[in-house]
Amino acid sequence: MRNQARLGFYLLLTPLLLWLGLLIIIPHIDMALLSLRERVGVGRYASSLANYGTFFGEPLYMWTFARTAMMSVLATVITLIIAFPVSYYIAKMAKGRTQSALFLLCLVPFWVSELVRTFGWMILLRETGLFSSLLQWAGLADGPVEMLYNDAAMMVGLVYTSMLFMVVPLVTTLESLDDAVIEAGYDLGGSGFSVLREIVIPHAMPGIVSGSIVVFMLSLGNYLTPTMLGGKDSLWFTELIYSQFIVRFNWELGAAFGFMLLFLSSVIVWGTLRLTGQTLEKTMG
Amino acid sequence: MIPSIPQPRLIRTAYGAYIVLFFIYLALPLVVVAAFAFNDSQFPSLPWEGFTWNWFFGDERPMIGVFHERSILRAIGTSAFVGISVALLSVAVGTSNAFLFNRYQFRGRGFLYVLMLLPLVIPGIVLGISILVFSSTVANGLWDGVKYDAEILRPGLVLVILGQFSFITTIATLVISARLQKFDQTLEEAALNLGADRMTAVRTITLPYLMPAMVGAVVVAFLMSFENFNTTLMLVGSDAPLTIAMFDRLKEGSTPLLNAVSLLLMLGSSVLALVMIAFQRKG
Amino acid sequence: MATDLDCNTLTKRFGDTTAVRDVSFSVEQGSFFSILGPSGCGKTTIMRMIAGFLEPTGGDIRIKGKSMLNVPPNKRPVNMVFQHLALFPMMNIAENIGYGLRRAGLPKPEITRRVGEVLERVNLPGIENRKVDELSGGQKQRVAIARCMVLEPDVLLLDEPLGALDLKLREHMKIELKALQATFDTTFVYITHDQSEALVMSDQIAVMNGGVFEQVGTARDLYYRPDTAFVAGFVGDSNRWRGKVEQADGDRIALRTAEGLLINSATQGRDLRPGEEAEIFLRPEAIRVAHDSADLAQFDNRISGEVSSLLFNGAASRILVRDEIGEEIEVTLPQSGEFANLAKGAPVHIGWGGDQTTCFASRG
Repeated sequence: MRNQARLGFYLLLTPLLLWLGLLIIIPHIDMALLSLRERVGVGRYASSLANYGTFFGEPLYMWTFARTAMMSVLATVITLIIAFPVSYYIAKMAKGRTQSALFLLCLVPFWVSELVRTFGWMILLRETGLFSSLLQWAGLADGPVEMLYNDAAMMVGLVYTSMLFMVVPLVTTLESLDDAVIEAGYDLGGSGFSVLREIVIPHAMPGIVSGSIVVFMLSLGNYLTPTMLGGKDSLWFTELIYSQFIVRFNWELGAAFGFMLLFLSSVIVWGTLRLTGQTLEKTMG
Repeated sequence: MIPSIPQPRLIRTAYGAYIVLFFIYLALPLVVVAAFAFNDSQFPSLPWEGFTWNWFFGDERPMIGVFHERSILRAIGTSAFVGISVALLSVAVGTSNAFLFNRYQFRGRGFLYVLMLLPLVIPGIVLGISILVFSSTVANGLWDGVKYDAEILRPGLVLVILGQFSFITTIATLVISARLQKFDQTLEEAALNLGADRMTAVRTITLPYLMPAMVGAVVVAFLMSFENFNTTLMLVGSDAPLTIAMFDRLKEGSTPLLNAVSLLLMLGSSVLALVMIAFQRKG
Repeated sequence: MATDLDCNTLTKRFGDTTAVRDVSFSVEQGSFFSILGPSGCGKTTIMRMIAGFLEPTGGDIRIKGKSMLNVPPNKRPVNMVFQHLALFPMMNIAENIGYGLRRAGLPKPEITRRVGEVLERVNLPGIENRKVDELSGGQKQRVAIARCMVLEPDVLLLDEPLGALDLKLREHMKIELKALQATFDTTFVYITHDQSEALVMSDQIAVMNGGVFEQVGTARDLYYRPDTAFVAGFVGDSNRWRGKVEQADGDRIALRTAEGLLINSATQGRDLRPGEEAEIFLRPEAIRVAHDSADLAQFDNRISGEVSSLLFNGAASRILVRDEIGEEIEVTLPQSGEFANLAKGAPVHIGWGGDQTTCFASRG
């Protein structure tokens, strides 16, 4: 019996270790080694920090890096602000069938590919698009209006794409807040604002944190939306990685960029968790 | 603010209006994509030139419909193959992981659990390039060492499947774990007590209980694979899955053909989602 | 005596169903008032209307003479102890109790002082910095009361707050709640479906059923002089018979049950005529047991039978007696120990005076 249990344990442990080892850990180590390598001649390499030197030495790279981070934070904040009232409505105001119907409606757009969603925004926003036509028809614009290829369009796309990942954890945590606790807040003299600040938001904190982390990650690592909706000036860091790998075939520098992106996301995720006293197991598991 | 707290009419109305606006915002891009699939025009934009089915069934230029466009059909086939492979693989490993983390207490369990969650917080594009780098290292090593050209480790479907599998497995694990955690272990003990051996107890009691979660995980994994873009982009070879094929076309300029494909995608995912919900109701 | 709370023809309809119909009552200052009724009788609806979480369809609620209609819940001088207490899990004890004081805009030192004082009064000094889930059930109970009492409300509402506690603790908290009410000298309105909670603690009890008050009175009134068949059946245990009135003679009647047993009863002024359907209630402790039927000569109801079941429960032990026609009657055993050796199947005689029973004309 004992031996059998041990055998079972190892049988279950093997796939986990193979998966994490061969597809996550070793590839990342390999990528780290690659990023620390410099081509010094044909087929000859030496280990050095040159790639990171290039990254920190070139203002365009640094600028894109910082901009990507800032815009991702901004997208996260906007998503949170839009999603919170909606999640609250679904979790606490709507009841029964309406509640599940609204929740399902929130999920629907995310069953279809991000590409389709982005395509939808292109049809709406571009020069020949629906909004432009509407504006002309209403006499608010004289000629076609280009609303695509700028930061605002990109932001709309990023927020749209990430919405689900904010709404779901928020609805889940808000639903677990007992109505009686909110009533008690009012009963003891609280106003809508103080109940929100002292009771609802503290209770929703785990949902806010996990939603924010996921949305931030998705925005930071997004390639499609900035490429399709963003302008020539709104370069995204993932586009740099792509061009180093696929266009320039400079894998060493691309790997270094990949590591910077990973480093940035880890620092921000870790910082958010520390700041709010949450753990990865609690917010993701 | 809950229904039992009286609120001024103005605030309630404003709140309701906000919710309506939000759902319009959610629906708008999809409705537009779907509507223009039926526009009898070369461009998915106004003016409306009349209703047509040609972007689905048309078979002569310039309006070749989805069902006669070879490259799109092949891309759908590729995506389906990748999706099914990823779904089966990740649910198999995910189920094994769920049992491991739920049933065994061992040293390093907490550490492994955090490690298991990590793929969720690694940007998809980084997952893609790290696997690309590692597989190339191995392939180059094989070539230098034994002069064997490991075609399988070059960008292509195998790498796409592995790349998607690497993070979808985490999600499958979480979905299945959540249900396994709610499982009352005394049911298994009762089965043992009634004469089943361990494997039989798991097979006849626990797995049927887990079935709704496993089916759910298969559907979720399939859909995630089908719409994955970032990881796939870095690992794709000559056989492009649908999202990549559509992306390439979109860069060259769009025709309502893309709308038609998108509409089919929406219908397909909705059907799958409904199947999953129905299955979960039953479970 | 002044009243703290007056409800006047209070009515609440949800669509077609009327949850509360024309209920009027007044609660005296500093008294303990309970609303007792089975679940779904409308008692929670009344409480939520008083607290302001439901708007009455008709009628008025006055607190200290001031109408509360159109006053939002956060502005009413009532506070509520919720069924599952609704302590704020994200705050510690001091923050929980200080919540209402902060809303009232009191300065910090004043809040700290008053939180300390109220904790002292509920016998939990020094637990300010504990977390909610570190407290026992009884302690949470007292914190929930302290959180309300620190605001010195005119009326404290309690919504079955003992329901979640285990039996032993519940018995203990009954006494403690009563004592707390006396220390704070505040009007308590308590709703419960548990009659012993209501009987032990209350000055006045309203028995509620189907959206209306069946009877309002003291515990003794309800127990010994029920106004309606529902009250007689709901408060305390009773043997209960339904049958037809065979004889009516002034203030006494004789009723024949469906099984054929003839019971004599006083009418307590109720108008019952021969041929009418009626119900009779008899408390198990009002029945005398004897080995010899001669001991029961003074009673106008006497039955002989055998012990069909022994229900041992210490001081509250009972037996079931089966008479010749097969009906079972529940009888409390005297505590003298005289019948301690009674065995199943033993022949016994039982009897009771007709003035011990209550009878009502059957409804419907």
